[in-house]
Amino acid sequence: MTTNGTGWSRDDIAARAAAELVDGFTVNLGIGVPTAVANHIPEGRDVTLQSENGILGLGPFPSDPEVDADLINAGKQTITELDRTSYVSSADSFAMIRGGHIDLSVLGAMEVAENGDLANWSVPGQMIKGPGGAMDLVAGVPRIIVLMDHLSRTGEPKFRKSCSLPLTGRAVVDMLITNLAVFRREHRAAPFRLLELGPGVSLEFLRSNTEAFFLAE
Amino acid sequence: MRTKVFPDAGAALSGLLRDEMTIAVGGFGLCGIPETLIDAVLASGATRLTFISNNAGVDDYGLGLLIREKRVKRMISSYVGENREFERQYLAGELEIEFNPQGTLAERIRAGGAGIPAFYTRTGVGTALATGKEIRQFGGEDFVMETGLVADLALVKAWQADEFGNLVYRKSARNFNPVVATCSQMTLAEAEQIVPTGGIASDHVHTPGVFVKRLILARRNEKRIERRTVRPAKELP
Repeated sequence: MTTNGTGWSRDDIAARAAAELVDGFTVNLGIGVPTAVANHIPEGRDVTLQSENGILGLGPFPSDPEVDADLINAGKQTITELDRTSYVSSADSFAMIRGGHIDLSVLGAMEVAENGDLANWSVPGQMIKGPGGAMDLVAGVPRIIVLMDHLSRTGEPKFRKSCSLPLTGRAVVDMLITNLAVFRREHRAAPFRLLELGPGVSLEFLRSNTEAFFLAE
Repeated sequence: MRTKVFPDAGAALSGLLRDEMTIAVGGFGLCGIPETLIDAVLASGATRLTFISNNAGVDDYGLGLLIREKRVKRMISSYVGENREFERQYLAGELEIEFNPQGTLAERIRAGGAGIPAFYTRTGVGTALATGKEIRQFGGEDFVMETGLVADLALVKAWQADEFGNLVYRKSARNFNPVVATCSQMTLAEAEQIVPTGGIASDHVHTPGVFVKRLILARRNEKRIERRTVRPAKELP
């Protein structure tokens, strides 16, 4: 095994997250790499996508003549509807989210701590754009999968002892998929356990690029 | 029946606008925003305004038009990341922002409109947005108290209205509009179509006419798209 593998691509990460989708689930996908999870839903699994701007049952991106300015997802991308689609107000959409009616959310992150704390909404000293729906999702959805690069642009580990950035939620992450590895934990008081190493990634390399404690066996 | 229909946005807003007032506005991003009424607020000259709105438009469209003219004192929003002039004014200390988690913002508006002064939510507990707010335990878990929001004026965009003010929204342009329509004693709606009362099936009304005080035909329906995303032609069925 090499010690400097870069592991999975972003598309690989999205595909790995899609493998976690269970038949019959209702799922909210965050902006960025999480949106690409929709391209990898395994054959034969019926998954309903929810978008927090008020759509239950997202269809694929439109063909050019199908583009409708009144039909966008939470990332403000044009999309389409399905036979099952319903439109709701923002209040009803977050009743689905806050009320525990969404099974799973897949989100991006700036940092994740070993206790499952998540930071993904602001960097002190930079212009704050706002939390959008992320705080509601992590507070209300029972299962949270985070997708992120293992290291920051400056090479710092993003899976940390504790988050240095302002929190989005406390102890809310259940599964973490990075370009180097997959981590999961049984419940929100348990430590994370290494589940898979990315291609060409050694445990030693992973440990030297991870600040957080995790179980590996 | 006294009609709620006004000839245009200027007439509908006549006598309602003043400096320092709080205006709630429907829409998510640029989708479902009351474009015609925003233009009329811009034309009125009212300034130092507070807006309750999920987003702040973009530099040259939506609430961005009012920000560009330095007419906005304060935004109560969940996400303002698409607007560079907003950022410049904020960093220069010319503009205040009160961030809310998006679902908390929707519920605060809903609660305000329903006469509920406050509620408790799990959202935001343990984050900077809960700082200074009451925390209370229910079932051994922490919840943060959030207050209801009301506005001096509310502006919404509907697809169809009848002359009684019953409203129907279209697809994801519904978003914040139904709750915003409830959070003021003076709600103005602009609709792409106005039909005679009775023209909307009673079972299909999204916002009942009691919430709508004045109504205009929307003259501006530009409906700008922020991120036009299409399937490549080869994937077409």
